[in-house]
Amino acid sequence: MMVRICAALLAATLAAPVAAQHIGKDTAPDVLVKRVADEVLDIVRKDKEIQAGDRAKTIALVEEKVLPHFNFTRMTALAMGINWRKASPEQQKLLVTEFRTLLVRTYSTALTNYRDQTIEYKPLRAQPQDTDVTVRSQVRQAGAEPIAIDYSLEKTDAGWKVYDVSVGGVSLVTTYRDTFAQEVRKAGVDGLIKTLGEKNRQLHSTS
Amino acid sequence: MLTMWVTRVAALCAAAAALGGCATPALVDPRDPFEPANRAVFEFNEGLDRTVIKPVAQVYRAVLPQPVRTGVRNFYGNLWDPWIGVNNLLQGKVEWAMSDMFRFAVNTTFGLGGINDVATDMRLEKHNEDFGQTLGRWGIEPGPYLVLPVLGPSTVRDGVGLIADTFGYLPWRIPTWRKWNHYVAWRNSLTALGFVSLRATLLDAESVVEEAALDKYSFVRDAYLQRRRSLIYDGEPPPEPAPEHGGNTALPDDLATEPSRAVAPAWAARAAPADDTGGGRAPGAFAPGALQLVDPRIPANYVAVLAAAGRPHDERKEARK
Repeated sequence: MMVRICAALLAATLAAPVAAQHIGKDTAPDVLVKRVADEVLDIVRKDKEIQAGDRAKTIALVEEKVLPHFNFTRMTALAMGINWRKASPEQQKLLVTEFRTLLVRTYSTALTNYRDQTIEYKPLRAQPQDTDVTVRSQVRQAGAEPIAIDYSLEKTDAGWKVYDVSVGGVSLVTTYRDTFAQEVRKAGVDGLIKTLGEKNRQLHSTS
Repeated sequence: MLTMWVTRVAALCAAAAALGGCATPALVDPRDPFEPANRAVFEFNEGLDRTVIKPVAQVYRAVLPQPVRTGVRNFYGNLWDPWIGVNNLLQGKVEWAMSDMFRFAVNTTFGLGGINDVATDMRLEKHNEDFGQTLGRWGIEPGPYLVLPVLGPSTVRDGVGLIADTFGYLPWRIPTWRKWNHYVAWRNSLTALGFVSLRATLLDAESVVEEAALDKYSFVRDAYLQRRRSLIYDGEPPPEPAPEHGGNTALPDDLATEPSRAVAPAWAARAAPADDTGGGRAPGAFAPGALQLVDPRIPANYVAVLAAAGRPHDERKEARK
């Protein structure tokens, strides 16, 4: 079971990319997700250095192509849940920065593990006036059931932004929610910021 | 680790009690009332993995080439397909059950005993079912979260399901087929190889989890519970209000002071107030009327619902034309 979850998480992180220059702010959410994913995975497929685990290069790719299409403030607020209001604006800023660093790093690791899985997109079920949609995709692999990767997007003035990704039914934001609550309970919002910072520094030193 | 945790909980309880609050409910995640024991087993599993299982899996991966490892994985996947079919049948998904049986037939013959997954190429998609999911589909609640020795994350319901699953798993049926001399050795070797094969496929994913998790225990637990819920609904669960375990602040007074909440089971947690999905918009907003239990029941017209929703089995139909 643990195995399936891990596999799902891996596949999830792999398939999560989102971004590209030729994407305007009026691009439909499903088109946006597909274009960004295709573009990023195409680069990864061709780049031997990324496949070999070149971290700096992978992170640069994620920063350039994927990050512009994420709303990290919303993601952090959702993961914080009720504790978000308890944080001061400065604390909120720090939380967003640290959480963003952690996600980028994790995502980059997943990307270097990417091999030739194929991704299929399901038709978007949404009304034109919707401002909050879910784009559904599936990673297909031989000998195992396909893994669903769903992107939750919201419409902003700057175009559609991803605020949650779920892999095999496991939402990134929800999975962090309990851990965040637990840390805040233990040592307050500052304690959580500290824990996130330590985690990031520890990852940095081991890479 | 465990002692530390217990001490901390004790200290927090004392502090809460001193403040005149209700001590336990603020700290115990209703989905995981046995957290201290679970954490202990989790640590044991981690240690076992670090010292034995993972090294074996690494050797396995280093020694065998990719096609062989894929063959082994397919072989084991094939052994599960009949049981997956039985569970789909028990859940009223007749068409999926037929597809699973057909997968088994095709892969066992044309796929050379299951080594080649030719059925997937024929668009006979592999499904993920087990008896725990069947129980969930029948409306049975997961109950408390459990970490099982060696086997890992589970719940009371899924643990019961697991017992049934061992009856449905073909290598464990060997003894009933015939009493030949070495059947126990065969069965155990088969099971062990399957376990190593599975662990080897997780080596990459594991590094991601290690990097992502602040507290691996709760990360794995939360991922497991979400994953199971998603699987029971075959990937399309109804939206669930996210439970907030941040403490009494998340609860309206009447719920927070209710003594029975200390032992409130998982479904109570689900009914507990939740932060609205728009964290920035209205954090902590709580509408008691909006709460509802969201447990799966078999819709009478399940196949029709699936068809209307454009599920994969439609694609299979297309493929067969």
